[in-house]
Amino acid sequence: MNIDYRLLALLARPEIILAVTALIVLALDLSILRKSSTGMRFAVASLLGSAGCLAAIFSLTAMTAQQSLLDGVLLTDPTIRFVQIAILALSIITLLLASQGTFTSNIGELVLLILLATAGMLFLVATQDLLIIFLSLETLSLSLYIMAAFHKPSARSAKASLQYFLFGGMSAAFLLFGFSLLYGLSNSTNLLQISASIHTPLNPMLIVAIVMTLIGLGFKVAAAPLHFWAPGVYQDAPTASAAFIASGSKVASFFVFFQVMCLGFAGAEGATGIAHFVSGWVPALALMALVSMVLGNLVAIVQTTLRRLIAWSAIAHAGYILLAIVAHTPRNLGPLLYYIVTYALGTLGIFTVLQAVEGDTGSDSLACYNGLSRRAPFLSACLSVFLLSLAGIPPLAGFFAKFYLFVSVIAAHPGSKSMLWLVIIAIAMSAVSLYYYLRVMKRMYVAEPDEDAQPLAPQMFLKVLAGLLAAAIVLLGCAPHLLLRWIPGAQ
Amino acid sequence: MLAWTIYISFLGAFAMALLPKRGAAGPRIVALLAAIASCGLALTSFIQNRTGEMLTVTDVAWIPSLGIRYHLAADGISLTLGVLTGIVAVAGVLFSWNIDNRPREFFAFYLLLVGAVYGVFLANDLFLLFVFYEIAIIPKYFLIAIWGSTRREYGAMKLVLYSFVGSAMVLIGLIAAYVVSGAHTLSLSALAAHPFPQHFQMWAFPLVFVGFAVLAGMWPLHTWAPTGHVAAPTAASMLLAGVVMKLGAYGCLRVAMTLFPLGLAPWSHHVLGFASWREVFALIAVIGIIYGAVVALVQKDFKFVIGYSSVSHMGFILLGLMTLNQLGLSGAVLQMFSHGIIAGLLFAVVGRMVYARTHTRELSELGPMALNKALPFAAITFVIAGIASMGLPGFSGFVAELMILIGTWHAYPVFALCVGFGIIAGVAYVWRAMQKAFFSSNAATVPHHAHEPLPPISLPERLGAVLLIASSVIVGIFPQILLNVITPALNGPLLDGLRNGRWP
Repeated sequence: MNIDYRLLALLARPEIILAVTALIVLALDLSILRKSSTGMRFAVASLLGSAGCLAAIFSLTAMTAQQSLLDGVLLTDPTIRFVQIAILALSIITLLLASQGTFTSNIGELVLLILLATAGMLFLVATQDLLIIFLSLETLSLSLYIMAAFHKPSARSAKASLQYFLFGGMSAAFLLFGFSLLYGLSNSTNLLQISASIHTPLNPMLIVAIVMTLIGLGFKVAAAPLHFWAPGVYQDAPTASAAFIASGSKVASFFVFFQVMCLGFAGAEGATGIAHFVSGWVPALALMALVSMVLGNLVAIVQTTLRRLIAWSAIAHAGYILLAIVAHTPRNLGPLLYYIVTYALGTLGIFTVLQAVEGDTGSDSLACYNGLSRRAPFLSACLSVFLLSLAGIPPLAGFFAKFYLFVSVIAAHPGSKSMLWLVIIAIAMSAVSLYYYLRVMKRMYVAEPDEDAQPLAPQMFLKVLAGLLAAAIVLLGCAPHLLLRWIPGAQ
Repeated sequence: MLAWTIYISFLGAFAMALLPKRGAAGPRIVALLAAIASCGLALTSFIQNRTGEMLTVTDVAWIPSLGIRYHLAADGISLTLGVLTGIVAVAGVLFSWNIDNRPREFFAFYLLLVGAVYGVFLANDLFLLFVFYEIAIIPKYFLIAIWGSTRREYGAMKLVLYSFVGSAMVLIGLIAAYVVSGAHTLSLSALAAHPFPQHFQMWAFPLVFVGFAVLAGMWPLHTWAPTGHVAAPTAASMLLAGVVMKLGAYGCLRVAMTLFPLGLAPWSHHVLGFASWREVFALIAVIGIIYGAVVALVQKDFKFVIGYSSVSHMGFILLGLMTLNQLGLSGAVLQMFSHGIIAGLLFAVVGRMVYARTHTRELSELGPMALNKALPFAAITFVIAGIASMGLPGFSGFVAELMILIGTWHAYPVFALCVGFGIIAGVAYVWRAMQKAFFSSNAATVPHHAHEPLPPISLPERLGAVLLIASSVIVGIFPQILLNVITPALNGPLLDGLRNGRWP
């Protein structure tokens, strides 16, 4: 087999840039900057890291063609490039957010991990090969496990990481088992060839493989019933790590989930109708989506800390997004990407505000948000924008994302009653979600601040970051076309 | 130009952030100016458009990939309700002159709500309409939860959840209509012309109609209305009862009935004695009229009387819509205007003139205060508003309810008789509240309370009251002003489907 190394270098250029940047950052941090202050080291490291991501973005924009190495081991096309650029942009925001942290002195290592995880994600979305999918997924996951434990003095951070690692390792084992069954069935690791080898009625072995794959990927996107790691990790991991897990990693995982299901298991969809049920992955995934939506939203109601609330709402949002995969037509990919990218921006915004408030009060308990509008009007306004966007209130990005997603899901199967019901439940559940988002806002705007509460003095940098993210959410909500035009197939 | 009613309100809301933190005068004046400016614009457009036909204000592509356009247009119905919004908004600012607690935020939320309401009335693209409809939800919550009274957080949350559930139903209907039509557009006129299959309309119509009717206070989904109105600060209850409930009624007519006229057609068989959704909703409207009036009759809290009276009066609107004849529909739109003005006035008297001074709304406690002597202006205003609310000739309510009643007589004679009972109950509860609150007979026997003398009625309140009374009287005497534009709008191409169905 001949490998075109020139093409390999071209396709892997963004990842190479990231890896090189990561090493430079590490070397600089451990040599020249060793004696500098934490703030200085963070600033240099995150700026360098961001520069690396920017360089990777530019190298991606320079690519135009649709190219493929070894039948899809590594490939590029406009959609993949869009996802990669979105991941890189989210990584930049995470790096900037991390630079305001005080939780660690191993700064070079943190930035290195973020960049390596990003490289893993770039590979993850740019392949149609099971082996590469698994390898890059593990690169991503291992980096995330360590990042979750990065607040070394905190036992809870270590606990979160261990929890994440144990469940993650288990789900990776499931995924690997599923993939090996697929290889055994189709004699190929290529998604398209796997789908070509699928015949109905489904081979029982294939059904096992489907279930295993669903478990592995469902874990990554925190869909119920594989969600149990999320609240703990969101709660106890350092802010930047949790933000990264909640944003960039979700974008990559959802995209690859869509690819594996719609390319690899094409032909094994099955049907969800009660009267004419056909086994396949669609009914299973529909069930996961349903459980995620209902469970996530209902449990979020009783949470008392903002991080846990966001975690449970993330599970609910995973349920909505899974609907796009359940609908499994190419036209559902655009809405999925729009939804997940705007969702990631909003989540990063929430973590930005959360970091500012935690920096002041040392806790993320909802009680700390009492009267926040009087203590930090700007941050409160930003947080309201993010929360309302997640709740799906126009004119914010979250509303259009929901609308577009639901329209595409119903339009994919116009006559299908079960699709209609899934969307009806999704819309009803988003009405539930408004309740708990509003409860946070009620604390900010209605409740009185504590007697001794002082005005919050957040770092200017966090204010600017939150403001920019809020502006992006408003802008993308009022003019969705600014993002849609970059998503191929969403025109 | 009409589009600036929306923009001015929103700009006014954002301008609040630029004002200095201290002092309430700045926000008040900015809010008043914004309200007057947009009211003026609405009025000018109303005067200019004498034909009542649908005129496009703005139409640009918004989200081309889904065929969504930023399309604002106004016909006679939109203009009528736009003028109503303008009048109530100005009066609401005048009656909130006493807001001292966080005035910038209060008026920012207030103007946000007003702007969104204008937006709903002007939107001609269903997506745009829905966007404005939902924008209106959030400010309501904060207006009530922060500045409200009795059980405000409960009332606010209940109101918001009811509204949101209603709008979720509407959203399902809109998405379904978009997909089923396959027309790649959400333009109201395009979808109104689309012949949706009857079996689809049969479930889409009640879904969207009920979704909007939740906000219109339709029995038995009205329970948010009394608690919400009672909890809300004066200006917010004026807006809520005055225009926000009209959003629901407007949506019922403009969206549900326009898009899905066949949903009103008779079913193939009777279910529980009903032959169509039309009969179901007409009966529900009649129950609402009588229920609201009877419950208002036994309330102890002055504001609850007005709250339940709103449920009763909104029942008239829904009933008028269900008559499906020219008289009933025109009457319904006229009643939207009329009730907006009168409910605003009633809430202003109860919330601002009485409650803000006496700090009680218990009718039994108000009686001994001899308010007719202490606050003669409030007493006179309430008498006038009460008379208007009863539907006496000379006020807008009379014409509107008469038209609805005649329309009902043509469609459902039995219901017309029931409504007659509701009207009598309406006279009774206003009379009872008036007497207990202002003209209590034991006022003379009880010596004057140890209270400080009540502060006199201020100039802004007088102005606001005069504005509202004048509006009601003018429309009461010259209903043709509104009917001249409402009738052509009802005869416009939008409602073709409805007319071809069963209009005589």
